[in-house]
Amino acid sequence: MTNAIEVRSIVKKFGDFTAVDRVSFTVEKGEIFGLLGPNGAGKSTLIRMLVTLLPPSSGTALVGGFDVVKQSDNVRRSIGVIAQAMTSDLDLSVEENLLIYAKLYGVPRDKRTRLIRELLESVELWQWKDKQVKHLSGGMRRRVEIARGLVHEPRVFFLDEPTTGLDPVSRTAVWEMLQRIKSQRDLTILITTHYMDEADKLCDRIAIIDHGKLVALDSPLTLKASIPSKNVLEASFANPPTDWEGRLKALPFVESVSGEGNVYRLSSSNGPATTLGLMEAAASANVAVQSLSIQSTTLDDVFVHYTGRALRDALQEASATDSPFMLRRG
Amino acid sequence: MSRMWAIVERELRRFRRSPILIVVSLIFPLCQLVILGYAFGGNVKHLKLAVVDQDHGLPAVKIRELAEAVAAGARTVDLVDYADQGQAMTDLRNGRVNGVLTIPPEFSRRMLNKNQPTVALIEDNTDTVVAAALAGSLNSLLVAYNEPPTAARVPGKAALEIVEVYPYVPYIQYLLPGSIVMSIFMMVMVGGGIIYIDDKARGLHEGYLVTPITKLELIAGFNVSGTIKAVLAGFAIMLIGSVIAGVPNPFDPLRIVRLAVVIVVTAFALISMMFLIMVRVSDPLLPRAIFGVLNTVLYFPSGAVYPTQGFPGWMQVIATVDPFTYAVHAFKSLLLKNTGFEAITGDLAYLLVFSAVAMTAATMLFKRTL
Repeated sequence: MTNAIEVRSIVKKFGDFTAVDRVSFTVEKGEIFGLLGPNGAGKSTLIRMLVTLLPPSSGTALVGGFDVVKQSDNVRRSIGVIAQAMTSDLDLSVEENLLIYAKLYGVPRDKRTRLIRELLESVELWQWKDKQVKHLSGGMRRRVEIARGLVHEPRVFFLDEPTTGLDPVSRTAVWEMLQRIKSQRDLTILITTHYMDEADKLCDRIAIIDHGKLVALDSPLTLKASIPSKNVLEASFANPPTDWEGRLKALPFVESVSGEGNVYRLSSSNGPATTLGLMEAAASANVAVQSLSIQSTTLDDVFVHYTGRALRDALQEASATDSPFMLRRG
Repeated sequence: MSRMWAIVERELRRFRRSPILIVVSLIFPLCQLVILGYAFGGNVKHLKLAVVDQDHGLPAVKIRELAEAVAAGARTVDLVDYADQGQAMTDLRNGRVNGVLTIPPEFSRRMLNKNQPTVALIEDNTDTVVAAALAGSLNSLLVAYNEPPTAARVPGKAALEIVEVYPYVPYIQYLLPGSIVMSIFMMVMVGGGIIYIDDKARGLHEGYLVTPITKLELIAGFNVSGTIKAVLAGFAIMLIGSVIAGVPNPFDPLRIVRLAVVIVVTAFALISMMFLIMVRVSDPLLPRAIFGVLNTVLYFPSGAVYPTQGFPGWMQVIATVDPFTYAVHAFKSLLLKNTGFEAITGDLAYLLVFSAVAMTAATMLFKRTL
């Protein structure tokens, strides 16, 4: 078996509303696979189908080689899940939370003691093991859940927005831990996130979902290369001549130029070529380049390109299963 | 002050969007009004009176006819004929009849000899209202028998001798069985209903659902834990309440074993009922809102505070299906009459059947997915 997850034309409808519309993709064993999309795009519904919480309206999905509908029990045995809501038991201690789940998964006694210690050490919570979860910070609670999700040594790990609502330090800590844990064991990770920088750095491949449809799927690098380039060059010059802005506009691949004092911003469809042209033009005009920065395409640009909107503009749409008590993050 | 109005506006807007709260806050007082209005002070009817005629003489037949007239007219009593005094007494102790009217063998002869003829009413005095109604009814029966009334009691007039089979039962002891059932219900409601819905709403159940646990294991887990919590509550109140109410010999081990059985069966019946009510609910407000209504509808018609024989017909229907009724009856038998299991087999059977039906229905409604 090479594919950890195989999704074939999966559909989920709630009444007339199609939350997930014929989505197909495969996730290879050992990959970190990112699912991106605005709120309400269908990411959580898709994950819920893959983790057997929701039956698909049509289509199929195999997780760990098992059908999510026909072999749901086998799927459940081979996956770990961190739901979007904080689902730790606040009144139980860190260790008790893990222990209950180890028992739910039927992890043998001798193994579970060792595994719980190992996992709590790798999420740096061993010293807090006897603390009730309600006394921990948001980031620490998230780490409890990550450890809990791995207590039965799953082969596929699903995380639905694990870092939303955490401060930057905790976010980095969570991601570092995930990477470390992944390097130590045979694990495939499917993750949804709102943070493009994280997805860029950590995911091997990314799928962008919008309005329930898969709109793009590739590695972050390829995705960035796939859209019309939108490099922004920012340069400052010593004593530029009066027609300098006009000359910059004439450089290859430049789309627009704006200037303020000695600082100019150039929007280019080919950053490297424009940079080369700019340096040559400056040298021949005897204009000293004081500073130059090139901002390359980000996943944000990719996202806006494929979904037509920025993540932050998306309207928060509560899903049908949300309840008034659910702690929604983000 | 304008900031105060912001708070007022927010509260009212929220209130308008919680229809359950509005409906329940109207239904609850109405429910209390109607149920409590009929729960106390009604004339008790259809009390089961065993008649043991050991005399068979003409005067005895006349007494019997008068009793039949009472049964047909005021309907205070329903007559059940017994040939054997011993059997009648056993049934009295086991709660199958409320009283035994014994016409002794010498009654007709004493009547003719004007030698202080007496009939005996042996009654279950654990329910004072029932006991008073029976005594009152039979006293007026004898007055009718002795017509025309005379000023002085003379040896030739028949008299009623009332025998109470149990020591005097103070009202606090009478209330204790209902309180034990109430403690079980409270724990079922809080530890079973409210926590269950809160956990579900917080997404904790989602965590369970992605594990390989089966539907039946999950349901059994919820219900066994709820039953354990409710049993602990019931057991504690049973012991503490017995001491407070002054139940004689409260730590009799054999009775405690019997009481424990009733507590377990009651707790399971109420947990099953709660699980059936809550199985498809996800709004955390609902269990809190229906708490009071359920409490009133289940507790007061159960015979915990007043005999069910005093209720109007519709309330007797509630009493008949209400699991509280059977639990209260069983606890009364054990605590106030110190009976054995034979007096409460019907109660236990009903509670078990009720549990089985409720649990089956809830299991069918329970969804293993979201």
